[in-house]
Amino acid sequence: MLSLAKELTLYMSARRKWWLAPVLATLVVVGGLLAVAKGSAIAPFIYTVF
Amino acid sequence: MRILGISAFYHDSAAALLVDGRPVAAAQEERFTRRKHDQRFPESAIRYCLAQGGVGLDDVDHVVFFEKPLLKFERLLETYLANAPRGFSQFRAAMPVWLKDKLFQKAAIAKALMPMSASVDVESKLLFAEHHQSHAASAFFASPFEEAVVLTMDGVGEWATTSVAIGRGNCLETVREIRWPHSLGLLYSAFTYYTGFKVNSGEYKVMGLAPYGVPRFKDLILEKVVKLKPDGSFWLDQSYFDYTTGLTMTSRKFHDLFGGPPRHPDQPLGQRDMDLAASVQAVTEEIVLRITRELASTYGIPNLCLAGGVALNCVANGKVLRDRAFERVWVQPAAGDAGGALGAAYAAHYLHLGRARTVSNAIDGMDGAYLGPAFAQSDIEDRLTRAGARFTVHGEVETLQHTVSALESGDAVGWFQGRMEFGPRALGARSILGDPRNPSMQKTLNLKIKYRESFRPFAPSVLAEHVADWFEFEGASPYMLMVAEVRPEHRRAMSEAEQSLFGVDKLNVPRSSVPAITHVDYSARIQTVHKETNPRYHALIDAFRARTGCPMLVNTSFNVRGEPIVGTPEDAFRCFMGTEMETLVIGDCVLSKNGQNPALAQDYKSEFELD
Repeated sequence: MLSLAKELTLYMSARRKWWLAPVLATLVVVGGLLAVAKGSAIAPFIYTVF
Repeated sequence: MRILGISAFYHDSAAALLVDGRPVAAAQEERFTRRKHDQRFPESAIRYCLAQGGVGLDDVDHVVFFEKPLLKFERLLETYLANAPRGFSQFRAAMPVWLKDKLFQKAAIAKALMPMSASVDVESKLLFAEHHQSHAASAFFASPFEEAVVLTMDGVGEWATTSVAIGRGNCLETVREIRWPHSLGLLYSAFTYYTGFKVNSGEYKVMGLAPYGVPRFKDLILEKVVKLKPDGSFWLDQSYFDYTTGLTMTSRKFHDLFGGPPRHPDQPLGQRDMDLAASVQAVTEEIVLRITRELASTYGIPNLCLAGGVALNCVANGKVLRDRAFERVWVQPAAGDAGGALGAAYAAHYLHLGRARTVSNAIDGMDGAYLGPAFAQSDIEDRLTRAGARFTVHGEVETLQHTVSALESGDAVGWFQGRMEFGPRALGARSILGDPRNPSMQKTLNLKIKYRESFRPFAPSVLAEHVADWFEFEGASPYMLMVAEVRPEHRRAMSEAEQSLFGVDKLNVPRSSVPAITHVDYSARIQTVHKETNPRYHALIDAFRARTGCPMLVNTSFNVRGEPIVGTPEDAFRCFMGTEMETLVIGDCVLSKNGQNPALAQDYKSEFELD
């Protein structure tokens, strides 16, 4: 987890996208809750855009 | 310098090993796990590549992943933000996958590689290439060109969906991009979904269906859905699509525009579906031709390389070649994401490490795409014996003569020889062969062997030196990625009654002296066979030519519908026993169906999900 935080910091620095930090934090919290509430998801009719 | 390339976690996981800039091994994971389009970490493919290269993971200098996960995550987040609150359904589906797995891909790759390495520091060897950089590198560095324009088109990678790069020597510079969500691959996938086929595997069915239809929706697509500029750049009106925010490809507005909901896979195909297929194919060709003409006139370079999933559209490729905007066109045989493994390795070797490049004097740098596992004759005999097969062993000449006799008598022949192909096409190493002159061969192969829709055409494997005698094509198409028409002197004129037949019924009317490989528009998906890359397959077709005067065979992949192409002699024997194939030739072993123990026959096609 620590190495991921480091990578994300390096990535935001390289891409000059610091504005993503609060967005990331919020989305990670919301997404994390979803992840806990639900197992992995498979979208059946869509190209693997994610 | 040894570099291992990996593609994984989306579809078609694969591994490739590059030694001093030359691919020595490459394979898709599905061939080992027997799960079509397997997206899991390609452990078996990696183990194979290392064994084939005679090295361990510790001897590998770099391991390169074919895309950059954080850039992809950035694209997802920005898309959800831009569309909020719409898009919550996809956000809810995507976030658990990312927060549990995909954000941790670097650690996951390192962890998966650990059991193969004595070194604890696998992570320090890891590099990441960009998705379209991997595609472009797989196309240019394997090509026979010192200089080329490199065009890659697919669904989407990180942000890019279409990219143009200029390759010179060991350099490859991206000069133009079209970005998400405007994607030619996703446009084609949207129509694949709408016509009732499976996204990401049914696209080639749409291409096969197109010749039955009339492109009557082409203008409508270009008027409403796609804004196409003279230089080939395009913009998709997202109100017709659902893939950026929802969990399907097309929106209600799309359905209203084309007159109804998507076809259910169980519903029969109708003329409207065929017209839709013809229309999206025509739009695709229009876009690709505009792009290639623009690139040819802008850069003045005579060579073009293609990769990305759209480059598997061999009908469009054939038109690009015939358009002559570029003198030479080379398409990476593993143009889809599997080829990203090889491209990532190339990108590290030439772009990251700056190694010198020597252009191959051969057809190209792919060794005919025969980069997968092979089996020694003694191993084949052991494996077949253990499987309970009854077979005879012959010398090479006798094996070829047996095979030709079987083909001449109308048998469908399983042909398992040498190293397996890398990429989606069977190229005479793991193939089912037939006599193209036989008017019932197409139907037989489709309904008794492949168990699939009968509208789809088969491809000819033709001796390279005879291709121009039979097809309106000159040059090499070793990877079955070019379509050309049967020459007029080999065509058969159709009666008025035959011409008025509807849809698939047209296919049953022989329209040339090689009806099994001639599509309803007289086209054929050509594979030229070269003595230099596959001498045994070349010798087989030449022996068939000597007896019959016909320098080609029907070639289809050795599998049933939904099954990955066979990887081992046991897979081949199982497929042989589970279908109505009459003869199987593995190495120098010849198997006849009526000589086998009937108790070993098993109907296993229900094991595979339909593709």
